Amino acid sequence: MSDVANLPETYLRMVSREYMRHRLHRLSLHAIMSLALLALVADFVACDRPILLSFRGTLYLLPNLVDPPALRAYDNQRLADEMNPSDWAVFPPVPWGYNSHDLEAVLAPPSAQHWLGTDSGGRDVLARVVHGSRVSLAVGVLSVAVLVSIGMFIGSIAAYFGGVLDLLLMRFLEIVHAVPTILVLVTMLALIMPTGWHSVVAMMVVIGLVRWTDVARLVRGEILRIRTMPYVEAARALGAGHARILLRHILPNALAPVLVAATFAMASAILLEGALSFLGFGIPEDMASWGGMLNDVRGHTGAWWLAVFPGAAIFFTVTVYNLAGEGLRDAIDPRLRA
Amino acid sequence: MARFILRRLLGLLPTLLVIIVISFFVIRLAPGSPFMTERGVPPEVLADLKAKYGFDQPLPTQLLRYLGNLAHGDLGLSTKYPQRTVNEIIADGFPATLLLGTAALLWALLLGVGAGIVGAVRQNTAWDYGFMAAAMVGISLPTFVLGPLLILLFALTLYVLPPAGWGSLRHVVLPALTLGTVYAAYLARLTRGSMLEVVRADFVRTARAKGLSEPAIVLHHMLRAGLLPVVTFLGPAIANLLVGSVVVEKIFATPGIGPYFVDAAFNRDYFLVMGIVVLDSVFLLIMNLLVDVAYGLLDPRIRFE
Repeated sequence: MSDVANLPETYLRMVSREYMRHRLHRLSLHAIMSLALLALVADFVACDRPILLSFRGTLYLLPNLVDPPALRAYDNQRLADEMNPSDWAVFPPVPWGYNSHDLEAVLAPPSAQHWLGTDSGGRDVLARVVHGSRVSLAVGVLSVAVLVSIGMFIGSIAAYFGGVLDLLLMRFLEIVHAVPTILVLVTMLALIMPTGWHSVVAMMVVIGLVRWTDVARLVRGEILRIRTMPYVEAARALGAGHARILLRHILPNALAPVLVAATFAMASAILLEGALSFLGFGIPEDMASWGGMLNDVRGHTGAWWLAVFPGAAIFFTVTVYNLAGEGLRDAIDPRLRA
Repeated sequence: MARFILRRLLGLLPTLLVIIVISFFVIRLAPGSPFMTERGVPPEVLADLKAKYGFDQPLPTQLLRYLGNLAHGDLGLSTKYPQRTVNEIIADGFPATLLLGTAALLWALLLGVGAGIVGAVRQNTAWDYGFMAAAMVGISLPTFVLGPLLILLFALTLYVLPPAGWGSLRHVVLPALTLGTVYAAYLARLTRGSMLEVVRADFVRTARAKGLSEPAIVLHHMLRAGLLPVVTFLGPAIANLLVGSVVVEKIFATPGIGPYFVDAAFNRDYFLVMGIVVLDSVFLLIMNLLVDVAYGLLDPRIRFE
């Protein structure tokens, strides 16, 4: 049913309208954005320094971010104890850092002090859950970027050039696909033995290197379909080179299914990060990661709050990405469109 | 069909070879050595150790020797447990892993395929919505979250099942539930989707018209057509279930090969890591082959060529 009077709706418009029609999909998009925001402002939500502090005549701006040398010896509790009547401070809603040990409350159940309890090192579970969103998001986004890049590259050259190259690349893909993911990841991470933020980088590269096969298959299929279309032939007739035809004419039209795959890949990358950290291979203990927090449960099975809260965080995050992926898939699938 | 299987089996060999060669070099070229200890090893002892495992030879020679031994089914010696061969360690841990995987698979099939059939046959009813919502939850619930939660509930609150360990069938229940649930969730969605495609097919109407009972229609006519995508999923899933339960075995202290693998990777136990990777790859490749065979059996339109 084409409306002659109006300009046709753009594809992007159409997809986003379709997507936004369902409440669950809308909610999942909001949740994804809220999680990203939480990761961004984690230092304002949970930190062992105030956000704004006037202490002994000096005004400190954002001590939660800049770590002023004069305050090295202080955390929120000591500051609150030692503040003069003229001093004032704006504390974050969760006055604990993700790596500050409250040794008076080790393995404490949820209380007014520690809303979600503490772990075996006396660290506040809520603060660690909040900061854990950073690791999850970082590993998720970056590993998906890596796997989409590799997948698109291999998928598109295999499909576009075809022939022996296609055959070889698809054999290679089958081999990579046949290697058991978690075993490879564990082996590679145990061999690299990264530390600190390096482990986040190592993890995302390793996940990306192993998980690109689905995207490559998808892109290959899409391109095989698009390659024979008349407009591609027209571009070739006009003298466009391989790179131009691939990048400007074919790939943009193959992007929609890749976006869906990327959303699902995000969910599975977050799960993988969790599993690896749980096994003790991923993110080091002094950084906050949800899987690593769950690792603490193994020695302290009775401490239900150690299992429930990080578990809920992972579950929630993975669910919203899966829901968003499904919404996107339904929205771009023309067969479902009325 | 026998020829088809034989040819495909031979076709698997090059793939397996590439996997072995790549993982061999990845493991061997990484920094670290299996003989690193806190106290340090005297150079003479180190040289002896290296000679014992053949590490004093150049890498390509070692690879050839490994492949030669592998052809005889010899997976080499463990460096961490000098008294034991990798074959012994795997033979030791594999039964537990296999039992756990089989139990998880049965649970996944029963729950997943069952829920999928009900969802499709009773489309858009409360049953359908309930099962599909549960499947959505199951897909997003990783084993390392579900496992501790199940322990908390069944072992530490209700006291009906042991929290960890091995030895009786009661010990298998919680790990199998933990491992199988996510597969059940995927299976439920897949089965429902593919069953919905045949619900209104002509052959189903014919079956109904000739007076077959509803269960017969569902089980004999619809399920057979609806199982194709399920079978595709099951191939790699079975391989993963049987060998890939590293996380679950860690949670429940199951004496399978999973924990060995994790330790082996940490300890640079080269041959043990290789042995488990090879075992898992063989499983996966054979499962994929079985999927292709099952395709031909389920769908007469597909020929073995």
